[in-house]
Amino acid sequence: MITYLLCFILFLTGLYGVITRRNLIKIAISLSIMEVSIFLFFALIGYVEGGKAPIVSPAEPDQLYVDPLPQAMVLTAIVIGLATTSLLMAVIIRIYKKYKTFDIREIRNLRG
Amino acid sequence: MNPVIPILVIVPLASAFLTMVLGRLIRNLPKYFTSVVMLFLVIASFYALIKTGTGLSVYKVGGWEPINNIPVGIYMVLDGYSAIMLCIISTIGFLSAVYSISYINRYTGENYFYALFCLMVAGMNGVVLSGDLFNIFVFLEISVISSYALVAFGVEKNELEASFKYQVLGAIASFLILFGIGLIYWKTKTLNLADIRETFKAGYDKTYYIFVQLLILSGFGLKAAIMPFHAWLPDAHSSAPSPISAMLSGVFIKAVGIYVTIRLFFNMFVISEHVAILITSLGMLSMVLGVFLAIGQWDIKRLLAYHSISQMGYVILAAGAGMILISRGEKPEIAALAIAGGLYHLINHAAFKGLLFLNAGAIEYTLGTRNLKEMGGLSAHMPVTSATSFIASMSISGIPPFNGFFSKLIIIIACVQARFYLLAILAVIVSIVTLASFLKLQRYAFYNKTRHKEDHPIREVPRPMLFSMIILGILCFLLSLLAFPSLRESILQPAVDILMNADTYRSKIIGM
Amino acid sequence: MKGMTIIVKKTTQIMAGMIFLYGAYVIIHGHLTPGGGFAGGVILAGAFILVTLAFGSDFLNLKREEAGSSSKENISMLMVILLSILGLFIGAKVFFLNFLPKGTVGELISAGVLPLYNIFVGIEVATSIFVIFLSLVIYKEEEPT
Repeated sequence: MITYLLCFILFLTGLYGVITRRNLIKIAISLSIMEVSIFLFFALIGYVEGGKAPIVSPAEPDQLYVDPLPQAMVLTAIVIGLATTSLLMAVIIRIYKKYKTFDIREIRNLRG
Repeated sequence: MNPVIPILVIVPLASAFLTMVLGRLIRNLPKYFTSVVMLFLVIASFYALIKTGTGLSVYKVGGWEPINNIPVGIYMVLDGYSAIMLCIISTIGFLSAVYSISYINRYTGENYFYALFCLMVAGMNGVVLSGDLFNIFVFLEISVISSYALVAFGVEKNELEASFKYQVLGAIASFLILFGIGLIYWKTKTLNLADIRETFKAGYDKTYYIFVQLLILSGFGLKAAIMPFHAWLPDAHSSAPSPISAMLSGVFIKAVGIYVTIRLFFNMFVISEHVAILITSLGMLSMVLGVFLAIGQWDIKRLLAYHSISQMGYVILAAGAGMILISRGEKPEIAALAIAGGLYHLINHAAFKGLLFLNAGAIEYTLGTRNLKEMGGLSAHMPVTSATSFIASMSISGIPPFNGFFSKLIIIIACVQARFYLLAILAVIVSIVTLASFLKLQRYAFYNKTRHKEDHPIREVPRPMLFSMIILGILCFLLSLLAFPSLRESILQPAVDILMNADTYRSKIIGM
Repeated sequence: MKGMTIIVKKTTQIMAGMIFLYGAYVIIHGHLTPGGGFAGGVILAGAFILVTLAFGSDFLNLKREEAGSSSKENISMLMVILLSILGLFIGAKVFFLNFLPKGTVGELISAGVLPLYNIFVGIEVATSIFVIFLSLVIYKEEEPT
């Protein structure tokens, strides 16, 4: 039970970082912390007591395996997270070229 | 197994990559190829709408048959509600693609625009057609990432800032949704929508259940721009290029926000009264605050974006009223009327909001400005634009005989019959304030004395843009015919039946 | 951008080939050991990125135009879609036996179209990540504004 609570605390740490940090790069890194905490949560869900890694070998036919479905979901979510982070980084680089600053309090052109 | 279902997802996905490969060899190919592909999608989705009727078709990806009546594998489901959304997506997509033949000439890198456009449409089709919880998430991410890149397409200061805000808020929403999916999987050990319903009916833990519902509501509410989560919408919709604004505001927040919320809360979760009251009050809040924030705007696209929030509040209000009645277990025919009104307003809003954004794009193409204080007297020089803008403004304010009047009438009648008098009065007040706001837009943009600088002559916009605007104007007339009972029975009633009788949904899928 | 010192260059000349081979191994054995298309593709891209970082883009004559979307990436993605279409149209996934008898026999004799999927997804992912790296690096050094 304590491990699930630790995943949730890591999620809240990432959320705190997104809300209170001023530097654009730190916001992007906090988003990465949030997504990693969710991957840990998924990997913890599929645990079965006394199970082995889910790779079938023909030597031992009857064997207790851990649940492989959350692991497949985590692989897909890692790819999606990679795409999101790379697009965010490209936009941050172009913002730096236009605004000449990384401070988010200076980037307030759109208002109202 | 219906073979039309995977075609609707695979064709735009393949054409996105095909335009990138062939765009280097042949010069003008991507523009016309995208329009042809979207026309094919229009024909396919109308065929699916006519063939489905009141039935439901299931497509099992990979051919995995259920074992002991437990669904194994990913299901794709096509029923009445999905067919309506498919028709909206492909029609507005086709008209935006034709509009952008002449609008995107100003930007560099045209091939990327059409590839991202096709990817966005493929993602939205996948969300609408999937019957599996994680599949919804994957296709949602495909279309959302394409829209991040499309909002930042012309790389100026405003657009990059708007895209950054949109990306951070959208990423937080995606993580909340993923967290909710993980919690659902932990308790039910399955990902199929019908199967989750069966597990929930057997028995559940109340606190856990409400926590999961709040997470899913927050995540998808952020994508649909319901009131406490609306902060990204005015910046993103006003800074994007105009055909993308029409697609985003007219189709995207419906297909990935409101469609999934209504589908999950009616067909997957067992509705409790507290959550239904929460959803209705969120709808009421967005309706009222959206229109009052919209009156003081002087930027034409920001004004339209705030009105999008308000009109989406109408749809959520109607769905919430239906949910309250279902959870109390009384008067199912009034709940059916409320949900039918909400869906009809969804269809209408796609038509007239798309037309309004295309008009704003035409004004920006000719004049180069978006500020209402710098325009004026355009009706003499741009007759088609001003006529279609007049039709769309009358539709959104709810003036008969245009289509907005009928859908708002159905929602107000349903609220009065269910004795929610406060909601009906607020709906009428918001409609009047919307009329005031659009009269201001019409006066300042078209009918005043000219205020802009006289350096270049004002002509009418090129012909592909005119084609899209005229077709949408005709649609605004034709959609008012859906209020007649015979057409309403055949098109809207199957969708409402599937949503209200969740047990029918579940038994048909598990039986197949 | 300039390259690095000569020690790094000599080490890269030895190591890059081995990293490439390891990436190809992880891709092809995707249906027997953990890994598969995506993980093997990332390792494969790592080999190319190592060569670019060690030798510098001036030496390899990499220009701005190559930082766009390359054609290999799109063609391999099209091949993935084509394979999935063929399978879905015949009704179900086509399991053809005796095609890649790798190592284990019994219930794992072959996984049908899975190794082909892994190979094409691996090529796609490797080119995508290399193009992302190039566009972020070459854009950074060439901007005049």
